[in-house]
Amino acid sequence: MAHEQHNYLNHQKGIWSWLTTLDHKRIGIMYFVAIMSFFFLGGVFALLVRAELFTPGKTLFSADVYNRMMTYHGAIMVFMVIVPGIPAIFGNFVLPIMIGAKDVAFPRLNLMSWYMLMIGAAITGSTLFLENVDTGWTFYTPYSSIKTGLGVIPMVLGVFIIGFSSILTGLNFIVTTHKLRAPGMTMNRIPLMVWALYSTAILQVLATPVLAITLLLLIAEKTLGVGIFDPQLGGDPVLFQHFFWFYSHPAVYIMILPAMGVISELVATYSRKVIFGYTAIAYSSLAIAGVSFLVWGHHMFVSGQSEFAGVLFSFITMLVGVPTAIKLFNWIATMYKGSIRLDAPMLFAIGFMFLFTIGGLTGVYLASTGMDIHFHDTYFVVAHFHYVMVGGTLMALMGALIYWFPKVTGKIYSDLTGRISWVFIFSGFNVTFFPQFILGNMGMPRRYYDYLPTFTELNQMSTFGSWLIGTGFLIGLFGVIYALLKGKEAGNNPFGGKTLEWTIPSPPPHENFEKTPVLTGGPYEYR
Amino acid sequence: MNWFSLITATSFMPVPATKESGDVDNLYIFLLVSGLISFIILIGGMVIFIFKYRRKTEDQKSAYITHNTLAEFLWSFIPFVIMMIIFAWGWSVFHDLRRVGEKGDVEVHVTARQWAWTFKYANDIEINSPSDKKLLDDPDSTLLKPEIVVVPVGKTIRFILTSDDVLHSFYVPAFRNKMDAVPGRRTTFTFTPIEKGDFTVFCTEYCGTKHSNMMATIRVVDGEQFAAWQAEKIAANAGAITKGPAERGEALFKGSLGCSGCHSIDGSRIVGPSFKGLYGNKRDFADGSSVTADDAYIKQSILVPTAKIVAGFPPAMSSFQGRIKEDEIKDIIEFIKTLK
Ligand code: HEM
Ligand SMILES: [Cu+2]
Repeated sequence: MAHEQHNYLNHQKGIWSWLTTLDHKRIGIMYFVAIMSFFFLGGVFALLVRAELFTPGKTLFSADVYNRMMTYHGAIMVFMVIVPGIPAIFGNFVLPIMIGAKDVAFPRLNLMSWYMLMIGAAITGSTLFLENVDTGWTFYTPYSSIKTGLGVIPMVLGVFIIGFSSILTGLNFIVTTHKLRAPGMTMNRIPLMVWALYSTAILQVLATPVLAITLLLLIAEKTLGVGIFDPQLGGDPVLFQHFFWFYSHPAVYIMILPAMGVISELVATYSRKVIFGYTAIAYSSLAIAGVSFLVWGHHMFVSGQSEFAGVLFSFITMLVGVPTAIKLFNWIATMYKGSIRLDAPMLFAIGFMFLFTIGGLTGVYLASTGMDIHFHDTYFVVAHFHYVMVGGTLMALMGALIYWFPKVTGKIYSDLTGRISWVFIFSGFNVTFFPQFILGNMGMPRRYYDYLPTFTELNQMSTFGSWLIGTGFLIGLFGVIYALLKGKEAGNNPFGGKTLEWTIPSPPPHENFEKTPVLTGGPYEYR
Repeated sequence: MNWFSLITATSFMPVPATKESGDVDNLYIFLLVSGLISFIILIGGMVIFIFKYRRKTEDQKSAYITHNTLAEFLWSFIPFVIMMIIFAWGWSVFHDLRRVGEKGDVEVHVTARQWAWTFKYANDIEINSPSDKKLLDDPDSTLLKPEIVVVPVGKTIRFILTSDDVLHSFYVPAFRNKMDAVPGRRTTFTFTPIEKGDFTVFCTEYCGTKHSNMMATIRVVDGEQFAAWQAEKIAANAGAITKGPAERGEALFKGSLGCSGCHSIDGSRIVGPSFKGLYGNKRDFADGSSVTADDAYIKQSILVPTAKIVAGFPPAMSSFQGRIKEDEIKDIIEFIKTLK
C-alpha cells in the first residue's frame, strides 16, 4: 500500500473506541461478531440434537438433556441469530450508505440496541448454567407456566430484552429511511435491500411489543400466580398461542424479508441487469408485512379453535403466498437476457431460490386446513421451516457476507472458498432436511427424543447431512479468516454494483461520503 | 422401506384407514403434482437462464427490460386461482375431519396426562396407556408397549378429549387426523374406520420429558369382535372388585392414575424415584432432612408432592388431590408394601 488510507477502521483505535463507537459500520461489525458466536453455539446444539437422533432409543443423552438441547437450539437460532441476523449486521452496514447518508438517524440508540442484545443474550444464556429450560422455543403454556422449572423466567426475560433491541433497530431504520435520503433519492429510487429492511422494520416495531407483553404475562403467572394462561388458576392455555403467534408469524417475515432484499441485490449485480419489476418487488414486501399480521391462526388449526377461524386463517394465508410468488418470478425474470456470472454470492442466491421455492410450496400444503391436520407438528413442519428460514436466511447471509466483504474490509473473499462452502452447505442442507418431509408423511412427530424403528434410515440420512452443513460453515469461516489475513485488495467496486456503496472507497471513510451524492436515476441502471 | 414405491405419490403415507383419509390423500396428490409442476417451471426456468445467459465476455451487455404488465398480471393471477382451489378443497376435507357436534355410534372419553392416555367407554371400561412393558427388545429403547383400545369398523367413532395437566395432541397418522387435548376444555376427534388392524396414536404437542413415549394403539375390529371384547372387559371389571387391596392398588398404579409413567417398581429410574423397597425404608430429601417411608409419608406425597422432595429428583409431580379417593390411597399403600 502506498499510503495509509483514512477509513472507519483506522479512524480511531483500541477496543474501547469500538465499544463506545457510534459509527453504524463498526456497530454492524460488532453485531457480526456477536451473532456469529451465537450461531456457532446454536449450531453445536443442532449437531448434538441430530447426533442423538442417529439411532432410536438412547444414543448419547437422556430424554431430559435432549429436550433442553432442542430448546436451546431453537431459541438461540430464532431469537439471537435469524431475527437480528441480516438487518443488524448488513442492514446496519449498508442501509445508510445505500441511501447516501452519513449514519443512521439515532447513532446512540443504535449502539444501545447492540448492548440490549448482549444483555438479553447473557441473561438467556445464564440459564444454561443455572437451570436449563426444556419448553421448546415456543414456551407454550401451561407446560411453561406450571409444569417445568423456574429457568423459564430468566430465559424469557432475556428474550424480552432482545425484543427491545429489535424494536430499537427497527425504529432507527424507519426514521433513517424517511429522513436521511440523499437529494434525488425518492422512495421509488431506493435499492430493494432498503425496501426490504424498511418493511422488516415496520414489522419489528409493530409485532415485537406483543411478544414482550406475552412474555411478561408468562413471568407474572409463574412468579405471582396470576391466572392468565393456567386453567387451574382460571386462565386460558390457548390464549398464549394466540399472543405468541401474533408476534411469531410476522417474525418469520422479519427473518425472511431482509434475505429477500439481499437476493434482489445479488441477482441484479451478478446478472448485470436492471431488476425486473422493481415496484412489484418493493410493494410486495409491504404487502407481505401487512397481511402477515392476520394469519397467526394457521399455527393453531388443531388447537381447538373454531372451524370458521381455521378456514378464515387458511384463506388469508393463501393471500400471502401471492406476493411471495411474485418475488420469485421477478428474480428469475431479471436473469432473462442477463449477463450472468456464477460467483459464490450468485450461487448462494440461486441456492436461496431453489430452497425457498421448496419451502414456499410446502407452505401452501400447510396453509390448506385439511392437509395441515396431518402434517401439523410432524417433521414435515420441521423440514418446511428449515427450508424457508435456514435455506432462505442463511443462504442469503452467506451470499451477503461474500458480496459485501470487500466493502467492509477492503479485502476480497476468496471466490473458490465461497464455492466450496456452498457445495457443502447446499447439498448438506438437502440431505438433512429433505428426508424430514418423508418422515412427516410417515407420521413422525417433531420434538421426539425416541422414535419407532421404521423411521431409522431417514433419520440417519438427516444426521449425516447435518455434518455436511457443519463442514460447509466451517469452510465459510475459514474463508473469512483467510481473506482478512491474505485477501487481495478490493478496490471500490470489484463486482460492478450500481448502488451507492460501490461509489465510495473500500473500506469506507468514517463519514461514508466526501460529498453528499445527488441521484438522477434508479438503483439498477445497467444499460 | 421400499424406495421403488416413490412412484406413487402417497407411498410414504400410512395406509388410509378411515373414510376421511382417502380424501386427504387425493388433496395431497393434487398438491404434490401442482407443486412439482410449479417447481419445474420456476427452477427449470432459472437453470435454463443460468446456462443460456452466462457471461462469456467481460463486456457482455444485458437487455434492458424493466417490467411487463401482462406477464406480471398472469403470474400473480394464475397462482392466486390455484391457491384458491387448494384453499376450498382443504376446507371441504377439513369439514369432514372435524364434524363438530356430530354424535358418534361409539363415544369414548379420552384424558391425556403426562405421559399416558386414558380411554373411558360409556359402560365404564377403562384403558390406560402406556403399560410398563417395553415396545422393543432393544435395551436402549424408551418406548413402552402401547395399550390397545378397540373400536368397531364402519361406525362413526367420537373421542372426546381433555387433559389433566398440559397440552397434548392426539394424532393417528393412518387416520390423517389430529386434535389437541386442552386442559379445562373438551375437543373432539371423530373418525369412521374402514380398515381393520392396529393403528398407532402419537402425542404431537410437546408435553415434557417423555413426550415421545406417549403412545396408544387403536385396534379396529368387526362388530362381533368388538362386542366380545367389551363383554370380556366388563367381566374382568367385575372380577376386579373381588380382588384384594394390593391388587386394586396395582391396577390404579398402572392404570387410571398413571403412576407407572414416572415411577418404576423394579428399582430403575424413570422421572421420579422407584418404589422398589420404599416402604419402611429411609428417604433423604433435597433439604437435607429424611424420614422413614410410612403410610403418612406416602399419603402426603400423593396429595402434596412438593412437601418433601427426594434428593436428586426434580419437583415434577403434581398433586392428585381431588383425583383420588381415601380408599384408593390405602390400596396403593398396600401395593407399595408388596414391592420388597
Ligand atoms: C446445521 C443446521 C441445522 C440442523 C441440522 C438443525 C436440526 C434441527 C433439529 C433436529 C431440530 C429438532 C426438531 C424437533 O425435534 O422438532 C430442529 C429444530 C429447530 N430448528 Fe434447526 N437445525 C439447523 C439449523 C437451524 C437454524 C439455522 C435455525 C434458525 C432459524 C433453526 C431453527 C430451528 C427451530 C426454530 C427449531 C424448532 C425448535 C423447537 O421446535 O423447539 N435450525 N433443528
Ligand atoms: Cu403429550
